[in-house]
Amino acid sequence: MGGFAARHIGTDHDAQRRMLDAIGYESVDALVQAAVPASIHVRERATTDIPPAATEAEALAELRTLASQNRVARPMIGLGYYDTFTPSVIARNVLENPSWYTAYTPYQPEISQGRLEALINFQTMVTDLTGLATANASMLDESTAVVEGMLVARRGSKATSDVFVVDADALPQTKALLRVRAAAVGVRLVELDLAHGATLPDELFGVFVQYPGASGRVWDPSGIIDAAHVAGGLAVMAADLLALTLLRSPGSLGADVAVGTTQRFGVPLGFGGPHAGYMAVRQGLERQLPGRLVGVSQDAAGHPAYRLALQTREQHIRREKATSNICTAQVLLAVMAAMYAVYHGPDGLRAIATDVARKAEALAERLRSYGLSLATDAFFDTIRVSTPGPAARVIERARSKGYQLFWVDDATVGVSVDETTTADDLAAVAWAFGLPDADEHDVRDLPFAAAPPLAGVAQVLRREDEYLTHPVFRTHRSETAMMRYLKQLADRDYALDRGMIPLGSCTMKLNAATEMAAVSWPEFSRVHPFAPEADVRGYLAMIEQLETWLAELTGYDSVSLQPNAGSQGELAGLLAIRGYHDANGEADRRVCLIPSSAHGTNAASAVLAGLRVVVVACDDAGNVDLDDLRMKIAAHADELAALMITYPSTHGVYEHDVLEITQAVHDAGGQVYVDGANLNALLGFARFGDLGGDVSHLNLHKTFAIPHGGGGPGVGPVAAKAHLAAYLPSHPFSQRRDHAGGVVFEGGAVSAAPHGSAGILPISWAYMRMMGTSGLRDATGAAVLAANYIAVRLREHFPVLYTGEDGLVAHECILDLRPLREETGITVDDVAKRLVDYGFHAPTMSFPVAGTLMVEPTESEDLAELERFVEAMIAIKAEALRVAAGEWPSDDNPLVNAPHTAESLVVGEWEHPYSRQEAVYPVHTLVRTKYWPPVRRIDQAYGDRNLVCACPPIEAFA
Amino acid sequence: MTDLNTLKYTAEHEWVALDGDVATVGITDYAAEKLGDVVFAELPAAGTTVSAGQVCGEIESTKSVGELYAPVDGEVVEANTALDDDPSAINADPFGDGWLVKLRVDPGAVAGLLDRVAYLALTGGAE
Repeated sequence: MGGFAARHIGTDHDAQRRMLDAIGYESVDALVQAAVPASIHVRERATTDIPPAATEAEALAELRTLASQNRVARPMIGLGYYDTFTPSVIARNVLENPSWYTAYTPYQPEISQGRLEALINFQTMVTDLTGLATANASMLDESTAVVEGMLVARRGSKATSDVFVVDADALPQTKALLRVRAAAVGVRLVELDLAHGATLPDELFGVFVQYPGASGRVWDPSGIIDAAHVAGGLAVMAADLLALTLLRSPGSLGADVAVGTTQRFGVPLGFGGPHAGYMAVRQGLERQLPGRLVGVSQDAAGHPAYRLALQTREQHIRREKATSNICTAQVLLAVMAAMYAVYHGPDGLRAIATDVARKAEALAERLRSYGLSLATDAFFDTIRVSTPGPAARVIERARSKGYQLFWVDDATVGVSVDETTTADDLAAVAWAFGLPDADEHDVRDLPFAAAPPLAGVAQVLRREDEYLTHPVFRTHRSETAMMRYLKQLADRDYALDRGMIPLGSCTMKLNAATEMAAVSWPEFSRVHPFAPEADVRGYLAMIEQLETWLAELTGYDSVSLQPNAGSQGELAGLLAIRGYHDANGEADRRVCLIPSSAHGTNAASAVLAGLRVVVVACDDAGNVDLDDLRMKIAAHADELAALMITYPSTHGVYEHDVLEITQAVHDAGGQVYVDGANLNALLGFARFGDLGGDVSHLNLHKTFAIPHGGGGPGVGPVAAKAHLAAYLPSHPFSQRRDHAGGVVFEGGAVSAAPHGSAGILPISWAYMRMMGTSGLRDATGAAVLAANYIAVRLREHFPVLYTGEDGLVAHECILDLRPLREETGITVDDVAKRLVDYGFHAPTMSFPVAGTLMVEPTESEDLAELERFVEAMIAIKAEALRVAAGEWPSDDNPLVNAPHTAESLVVGEWEHPYSRQEAVYPVHTLVRTKYWPPVRRIDQAYGDRNLVCACPPIEAFA
Repeated sequence: MTDLNTLKYTAEHEWVALDGDVATVGITDYAAEKLGDVVFAELPAAGTTVSAGQVCGEIESTKSVGELYAPVDGEVVEANTALDDDPSAINADPFGDGWLVKLRVDPGAVAGLLDRVAYLALTGGAE
């Protein structure tokens, strides 16, 4: 093993030798072959489409070639995506900073205060601008946020109707998604031209308004909103955040829910993503909010502390009754958008918006002077113009100068201006619309500083109230102050740049610098998702390669990269199964069998796909009970749509009976969905397609090295066998109809952008390119080796649950802490918080079994770090035993008081029965490597009983 | 102090106190302990009709959600709205201030529920 793989994999040959000796195997290959049931070992392929491993330099060179096949044009297509200036201080200190992008979701809030504060800023920014009470910590994109808004309306409305009214002037991609998602759950969509006084139906549960409209039109929806309320429905508004700095807020117009995107707040276009969507709700609807919600509570010392609030809304607890199937957010991008607001402040944002409005007005004036007519005079940043002659001619003239405009129809072109638009840009666009004999030298520039912003917009819609009044939005104005604020926040957090994050099922492996490099290149970042095909050939080539490689690695035939989270890939896979059954005339097949050991997202996704969940029993080891499965299959034979299984299981076991299980489902006419979350235990040794899988989602942010970003972005492609390929996601703006292998997908859209979060695909491309098939296989072997090594080293101290063949585990092991609690009263929470004092992020707590820790080290950790963890766990157990022996009281010992802050050492008298040294330097090496948690243990119940989801006043920190 | 022996119980860990034809319902200490710190209770409004075994509310803690099942058929007379401001009474005093709803019921139906001995056998717990 050499090259990049040797940089990615933490254990070298000598270390692996020592680990193998401890476990009792001759080689890594022998270990994995023993752990993985023989029946599913991958059959050798005669050929492979995956090139042999490239060096880092070679990979970067190839990426430059792909980049050169993209054209960095001036995108003025709009439709929810606008070019923007990412402040350099944010690009360098957030987007390109591993302290921000290698963190995980803040489930351990004491060691996540930095990004939690950034997310509170985000939530405050959204509530202020939307004029609504509570905002969550980001949605996946605008269009899925609209869908979630529709579901909130359905849950929140007392009306019994299944009708949801949709603005005819909504973004086309949003309408496409609504069609797919509404059909799945039995909602009837009625599209109306709301801006022109359409009458609402008598019965509805909600209405959706786009503000401003896709056409750019700004109109007063308060009448429609009132009418919706009278009918017992809720009003959902998609609102442009930059426009909201000048226009009346959704809250002031009576909206119940506001949704949208924050992309134009300094987040690069990225050919469609990733971006942070947003959702805000009026008071009373907080418990209906999907996704993550950050709240303020207090720690054991009474200081304000941030945490994830109301987690019981989410699917890992509520399963099929969850508010949504979303199990992530877009944290890294939400942080960037929030910092854009912090950096510019309300005055800066208002100035940017005013300039945008002036630019649009100046362009409109010039075009009117040519005798051209506009769809409306009431607009913010977007105009629709009736073209002199065929629209295609205008589009082509613009393109010849490097401008991308939007073809609406044969006689209409749309133009959207943004923060980056210059007077020269406006002039060039005006020339493109010019009469055929207009000389391109006629128009030098088109000044806009004197153009009246929002000239055609009714006065009643102009914003009068203040927003972003919290001091954080005016305190960090200089770059020095901003840099230091970003550093202070980053320093509070524990990310992969400090130590191992052994979270089971999260696969926190290395996110290499070379993998991240291309993400910032303008050829990948400054590209509009709806750009014409000729301008994005580099991206399309990369996507085709990724689709091909991922299909080969997983034993499937086709892959769609559109889903922008694992949950969305899961939903897309279930919708594909449903589409398949419907096409075969078997629309009664709606039952989805889900093992009781499954992650709650499975059940939540099944419900959103319009399927009925039937739970299959599992044995004590979390394996599917074959008898119960057969019984449930027999009971639902004609209605059986699918079985969802996770392989290896959520308990980390390579189930022995997997082939029998999948066969039983197929025999009954059902399809098999294999949850790909644990692919890091399998890649290169077995394939889902060979196990009997028909469709799977993959998590590129786990197995394929996309960083977790502190809670997103993720990428969740869906992969399927040929018979399901036609039902994979399509998109109205996809540049090409067919995918790798010439297959056409027709399943409808699941993300706002055709290729989901395309901007981060170069990361996984580079990972696979630099590992090659042998490197990927070696990585899996090293991951399984590391987990088994930890199991062997700790099993005499903590029972290891659920071992499989030969007493081996897969890529993660579950340590049972329940006996420790019985014996000493020390809980899994206490152990997790004490690990912070030892300089660790705790493993996954109490999933899949309450009272346990699930440890997934991954292949990237070196032996020293694995040993450091083993020693910490052993030391913590010894501390617990001292409590049981009565040496320390059960209510005053280093475990129940963990984590210990620096402040706790110096404030007042030290009256604990253990020393300060024992508290914060339980291991001597920590003196040089100490991570100081910024807060003590956080009071979870206080935070949920006293829900505060916006920035606390400055006085709270005094 | 409520005499726990005079209450009736259900397999879903609820207790019922009968006074004439009004039954007061809450969750037992066993259930409250399993849930952890309660942060929110969603209770049916006065006037709602409920049927035996049907889910009529929810009790949320920081880490889980418990469903509230109607122990018998009835009509909601009153819900304990004091819990809106402070749901912690459910943990602190599950048999007293932590009561959840009062239902107008058929007294005969309540008689058919578990007595304390049978309930304790279910939870395998001692006094």
